[in-house]
Amino acid sequence: MGRYVLRRLLQMVPVFIGTTFLIFFMVYALGDPVAALFGDRAPDPATAARIRRELYLDRPLWTQYLHYMGQIFQGNFGTAFNGQPVLDLMAEAWPVTLRLTLVAIVIELIFGITLGVIGGLRRGRATDTGVLFLTLVVISVPTFVTGYLLQYLFGVEWGLIRPSVSPAAPLNELLLPGAVLALVSLAYVTRLTRTSIAENVRADYVRTAVAKGLPRHRVITRHLLRNSLIPVITFIGTDIGALMGGAIVTERIFNIHGVGYQLYQGILRNNSPTVVGFVTVLVIVFLLANLLVDLLYAVLDPRIRYA
Amino acid sequence: MRGVTWAAAAVTVLAATATACGGGGASDTSAVLSSSWGDPQNPLEPANTNEVQGGKVLSMIFRGLKEYDPKTGEAKDMLAERIESDDSQNYTVTVKDGWTFSNGEKVTARSFVDAWNYGALLDNKQKNAYFFEYIDGYDKVHPSSGNPTAKTLSGLTVKDDRTFTVKLTQKFSTWPETLGYAAYAPLPRSFFDDHDAWLDKPVGNGPYTIDSYAKGSEMRLRKWEDYPGPDKARNGGVDLKVYTDNNTAYTDLQSGNLDLADDIPAAQLKNAPKDLGERYINQPAGILQTLAFPYYDKNWGAGKEKLRIGLSRAIDREQITRQIFQKTRTPATDWTSPVLGKDGGYKSGLCGDACDYDPAAAKKLIKEGGGLPGGKVTLTSNVDTGSHREWMDAVCNSINNALGNERACTVDPVGTFADYRNRITGHRMTGPFRAGWQMDYPLIQNFLQPLYYTNASSNDGKWSNKDFDRLVNEANAETDTGRAVSTFQDGEKILAEQMPAIPLWYQNGSAGYSERLSDVTLNPFSVPVYEQIKVS
Amino acid sequence: MPDDLQPLQQGPLQRGPGNTIAPTGAGGAMDLAVSEAETLERPPGTGTIPGGPPGGPGAKPRSLWSDAWRELRRNPVFIASGLLIVFLVLIAIWPGLIASGDPLSCNLAKSQEGSQPGHPFGYDTQGCDVYTRTVYGARASVTVGVCATLGAALLGSLLGGLAGFFGRWGDALLSRTADIFFGIPVVLGGLVFLSVITSTTVWPVVGFIVLLGWPQISRIARGSVITAKQNDYVQAARALGASNTRLLLRHVAPNAVAPVIVVATIALGTYISLEATLSYLGVGLRPPTVSWGIDISNAAPQIRNAPHMLLWPAGALSLTVLAFIMLGDAVRDALDPKLR
Repeated sequence: MGRYVLRRLLQMVPVFIGTTFLIFFMVYALGDPVAALFGDRAPDPATAARIRRELYLDRPLWTQYLHYMGQIFQGNFGTAFNGQPVLDLMAEAWPVTLRLTLVAIVIELIFGITLGVIGGLRRGRATDTGVLFLTLVVISVPTFVTGYLLQYLFGVEWGLIRPSVSPAAPLNELLLPGAVLALVSLAYVTRLTRTSIAENVRADYVRTAVAKGLPRHRVITRHLLRNSLIPVITFIGTDIGALMGGAIVTERIFNIHGVGYQLYQGILRNNSPTVVGFVTVLVIVFLLANLLVDLLYAVLDPRIRYA
Repeated sequence: MRGVTWAAAAVTVLAATATACGGGGASDTSAVLSSSWGDPQNPLEPANTNEVQGGKVLSMIFRGLKEYDPKTGEAKDMLAERIESDDSQNYTVTVKDGWTFSNGEKVTARSFVDAWNYGALLDNKQKNAYFFEYIDGYDKVHPSSGNPTAKTLSGLTVKDDRTFTVKLTQKFSTWPETLGYAAYAPLPRSFFDDHDAWLDKPVGNGPYTIDSYAKGSEMRLRKWEDYPGPDKARNGGVDLKVYTDNNTAYTDLQSGNLDLADDIPAAQLKNAPKDLGERYINQPAGILQTLAFPYYDKNWGAGKEKLRIGLSRAIDREQITRQIFQKTRTPATDWTSPVLGKDGGYKSGLCGDACDYDPAAAKKLIKEGGGLPGGKVTLTSNVDTGSHREWMDAVCNSINNALGNERACTVDPVGTFADYRNRITGHRMTGPFRAGWQMDYPLIQNFLQPLYYTNASSNDGKWSNKDFDRLVNEANAETDTGRAVSTFQDGEKILAEQMPAIPLWYQNGSAGYSERLSDVTLNPFSVPVYEQIKVS
Repeated sequence: MPDDLQPLQQGPLQRGPGNTIAPTGAGGAMDLAVSEAETLERPPGTGTIPGGPPGGPGAKPRSLWSDAWRELRRNPVFIASGLLIVFLVLIAIWPGLIASGDPLSCNLAKSQEGSQPGHPFGYDTQGCDVYTRTVYGARASVTVGVCATLGAALLGSLLGGLAGFFGRWGDALLSRTADIFFGIPVVLGGLVFLSVITSTTVWPVVGFIVLLGWPQISRIARGSVITAKQNDYVQAARALGASNTRLLLRHVAPNAVAPVIVVATIALGTYISLEATLSYLGVGLRPPTVSWGIDISNAAPQIRNAPHMLLWPAGALSLTVLAFIMLGDAVRDALDPKLR
């Protein structure tokens, strides 16, 4: 187990190098960022050349990459075009996004699993169909519609919340954005739980548990749910990326200055230090999350062992 | 550190809210309003700021030699006591006495000369350096290649504490009127002595001072009580809040979380009059949208005038501005803007027939012009900002309907502004493309020379015409403003015959504000006139 | 029934009428341990596959997949979803069947007007007929949804399944590759890969979605396979010398497929929406292609002014997703002997 974890942590090194290079290359492929800095005017060639030289953009790709990596090992992630160090941007954005993601995951877990269990146990009945239709609505109405609609209803019509999140982004202000962010994933979690439950409810160990005379809720939580959670946990592990880096739409709607927003800005402005820095941290979060998921497999299903 | 800052900030807000509520009813000169903002793209140096969001701050913390009247756009003396010249080329500038920066330092002739030298010098990589290109010696401090051979502009000389002289490279009669642009602002010594500290919290000489600046989220500006100028702030200050989406700002305004949103999202234009009533403003701004042609492409270049005019006549501007923009745009009939006023050079209808919608004439002209190349035309624009997609679709449909072919015109959306600019500067356009122009200063020269003069900085289509260039040169050398304007208009008539770019519509500035505010207006640059706003 | 399990099963299996079928889960060692009381619970007949006697050692055993097919054909949910999908495919191929107009013929004067005779769904912002556009949008959207889902599901479950089954270095390599792919922001990937392509077909978009979609399905498949391969019947089959291929196809895959189906059917809907996001960014389907995604993203900001613009394309998208969710459910049920 300990060795397994250590091995997984060591695998981070090649992934780190691979990701930084891939993303660096992709931002490079987006093209020259300097022309856009001049707005609707053609850049003055002399100034543009100076800016390119300063940003190392006049060198071949591999030199740029080595230079960038060299900086990173000195703890310098470069600067965004408005002059802010990327490290500062990260220090501001990550805590906000982590909180938002946490809220979303908790909502997914609570509502997704509850609805899924209900649907799975009452398979084919009205409740199950009801949950299915909710799922359909969530999938086919884009996040910006649900986001704006809920923001408008809660913020303007009913005046229950502030429509935008303040820069400090406390947890209570993140409840609605978290819910909006969780919606699509909620559909997945619900359906996955429902299917697993429906499948396992007829499994032998459940029958055994029932036969032993265990109370119903105990059978559901200890036996049925525990064995049905592996796909759900796996899904959430894969979903962290969508929740953190892909929260562009939700972060825009609620004016949250988080990772999704910074990434989007960085991409639109072809700013490689911002994009590479954020994505690299994002990938490290994945690695840790997926390691956690793999370890959870063993907890949920004791037959699974790691060496 | 950050946590502490935030806590302190929160206390300030509470205090501010408390004062605001305590005021009650009548206008309260110490009350603070909140306003929507976008993260400035560049560090807030005056000569490095080339977009509206950074410009918004500069307009609050700086005052230059000239200031554009918020209503008429006329350039009026602000710090300038006199700007004199005998020959439209050598100017003597006298700075008014009694002005200081908010840190107490006196504003002198040197404050201007140092600032302009800084802005022009290549080593400082200022994006608006070209504003100084008319000053003698610019080619030494800002050579088009290689290193600068001088540190300062030879055309600038400090005579005494309040006087300096400027020698231009050519005659330029309206040059003093360009001096209201932010790039010409004076700078205090602290800008040069401790540049990083200055950038963290810029210090200027305008009616507001910066109280705190959290990059990327908020800037708090407060009234400078000892401001020496005539346009003192009538409120206690402005909190600029960064919004990543103007729709959110609008929702915040509706819910009472924000006092002023100065960019109403296109989709809400229909609702704004209903939602806000009197508190919705929609007034002309110095912005013109055009579709430029790639003159370097033989399909659209020389000899294709009829084709270009034909396309112009196939666009139903009236209907598009009504249905898509809810009349927040006005069909364009010349290449300037109504904010210039008649005397300034705006002439309604100058474009003549060439800008009139007439499907039959359009079809005929396009046919005579050799037809669309390959039977098709593609409109290109970036789609990451603004609602360009919608109007481009509408323009295409208008062209298709005029030609009776649903597949003649298509839209080519480009994902990022950067990519779009690279395609333009790399001359990779193969059809008409969006070319918006927001004026730098309210002069007809600014709408024509940078865009259509041979090889000018924003002549994206690379159109070139000797007669037009000659008329522009003549107009610049003309000392009489009236004659200069009419010479520029003669040049504009060449545009109507040649159609290097199709004028589409004049853009309005739109804004909405909360019930607490009154006297809210936008200046011709579509920036709110903050110092005049009253808060109750 | 897999032949390789038969010797082991001969003893206990002969007793219960239901046991002989158990092509997958129920045939394993775990079941054997669970006592006969349980097998006896099953109503007689549930386990017997119609039309076939229990396969003796000499008889040709029926494959799991053909059993599933038999099961499917009798399932009303499958029939309903099948009809719906056939209908969608027909419209995608010949939209002219039910819509006579031209989706590109628009009259701005009618911008955002509501339902009118001959134009039941009203008009969009550009004054195009919403009904015609919804019908014509099926082609691009259904193609993107179905092809991208198939591609991502096949690639993902193949790679993920193998990784989960064999573990070790292959697993590490694949999982870490997937991690890097997870990290690529959709916007960045879209702008890099799609903006250089000028093709007006749907295939670059499909390819791109597969590229970004496979890691998720591969992880789900991997997780399922890791669980499924722990089952006693798999261990038993392995002990009896079954080849890896046989283990994977006959024993592991059928038990691991359910989560993949669930995720894939929902992903179908999200992929169609993703196409909308890409179009919104200017890198998705290029005009003059008509798609639900493009129309939904155009309609979304207008929700307060003209909700009908959103309703119909989004409704069509819902219907498509519903059809495939029902299909997925039916397939999954058919593969699960415990539900029979």
